[in-house]
Amino acid sequence: MSEVPESLHYTEEHEYVKPTADASIVLVGITDYAQGELGDVVYVDLPEVGAKFSQMDVFGTIEAVKAVSDLFCPVAGEVTEVNEALEGDPGLVNRDPYGDGWMIKLQVRNPEDLGQLLTAADYSSHIGE
Amino acid sequence: MSGESVKRTPFHEMHVSLKAKMVPFAGYEMPVQYPSGITKEHDAVRTAVGVFDVSHMGEFEFTGPDRNAFVNRLTCNDIGAIGDGQAQYTALLTDEGTFIDDCIVYRFGDKVMMVVNAANIEKDWTHIVGKKGNVNCRVKDISDEVALLAVQGPKSEEMLQPLTRVDLSKIRYYRFDVGQVAGVECFIARTGYTGEDGFELYFRPKHAEVMWHAVVGPGRGAPCGLGARDLLRLEVGLALYGSDIDDTVNPYEARLGWIVKLGKGVPFTGKRALEQIKAKGPTRRIVGFACTQKGVIARPGYDVYLKDRKVDVVRSGGYSPSLKHAIGTTYLPTHSIEPGTEIGIECRGKRVAAEVVKMPFYTEGSVKRS
Repeated sequence: MSEVPESLHYTEEHEYVKPTADASIVLVGITDYAQGELGDVVYVDLPEVGAKFSQMDVFGTIEAVKAVSDLFCPVAGEVTEVNEALEGDPGLVNRDPYGDGWMIKLQVRNPEDLGQLLTAADYSSHIGE
Repeated sequence: MSGESVKRTPFHEMHVSLKAKMVPFAGYEMPVQYPSGITKEHDAVRTAVGVFDVSHMGEFEFTGPDRNAFVNRLTCNDIGAIGDGQAQYTALLTDEGTFIDDCIVYRFGDKVMMVVNAANIEKDWTHIVGKKGNVNCRVKDISDEVALLAVQGPKSEEMLQPLTRVDLSKIRYYRFDVGQVAGVECFIARTGYTGEDGFELYFRPKHAEVMWHAVVGPGRGAPCGLGARDLLRLEVGLALYGSDIDDTVNPYEARLGWIVKLGKGVPFTGKRALEQIKAKGPTRRIVGFACTQKGVIARPGYDVYLKDRKVDVVRSGGYSPSLKHAIGTTYLPTHSIEPGTEIGIECRGKRVAAEVVKMPFYTEGSVKRS
């Protein structure tokens, strides 16, 4: 069983959105299920700070030993920070996907977009768990 | 094969109970990795011991007085050059000299066992039966009567020796013996597909559970899946049928000319074509490449460019845990195979640079070739 925390929002493409203390800023990463399916992550290609994305734009690429996957931006917004730690230790995505394995911090353009994402219950059923 | 259900090896229950990720491969449901992950499995084989279920491989048994002569007509290497108790890497070829399959033959005093790729069992069988004519030799497909575990890694001998009275130090590379391991009658071969020292154990499927628990577990071997196996063999430059070699490739192109024995005095299938290819020299060769740009992994099927001309696709490719960068194989025109040659690889819409490097990529393996 993969971990699917209650308080997060999810996409069908296996990204999560994690709220922060600042209501307009969220953390984006990939789910525990996704890291398990990909296997050992060896590179995460992330955008520059300041890059702007529309909802479901490709914001990066994740390369695992036996698989590669695009990363999709769950909501429209601007990147305010990227997780530099992933360059030296991409395995953080496997070990702690919802914590130290986050990928980008995003200034959300339309906070109401979050309402279009999957809830934890929706996502659990999406992955068949 | 179509319409048939996916087959399971005799170790299926053990893979499932270890929560292996099972995938369809060559008509079998096989473990691609266990929960510890491909990198850890790879590292276990490079530093200690890993165990692979490779029971999907096919085995044909040749018996009767003409068995060696028949195998020598079927294959390009020379079974006459080895004695009983020895194994040999060889291939079945088409009349054009291209690969039907690569295989290992084990020469016994009273039989020959040919081990072939799972995906090619039916094709190989049809080819062999078609070549048989009236030779005094009986051929039997014993694939379903054989369980096969590969025990690989520098500590393989140390781990296995307490389980058998056969003196394993006496079994040299590409030799085998017959004896009991963990009370199970086996062919114990010092062969493998990882570049490490190790053994392949062939035995009856009914003993699968006993053997598995004897060689897999804490203090024994780490269970390893096909994912780790593919990286291990790529790192040491061993060809994979369907990727590096197939029925459009001949042994000279694949740098496997050393398994072609034109002078063995036997008119084997593909010989005439290979004589001409050898005289002219192959127009392309397999090369290894390294992705010099960090963050890029060239996957099989990506287009390969020399200058601005598409010349081939990536044949094998992946991230090497030993070298910490991406590696792969492709075919280049013979005039452009020197190490250091720059090639371009179309990776998901981006043309990235890679460099031809010497194979094998990884040279620190514990395999003892003498």
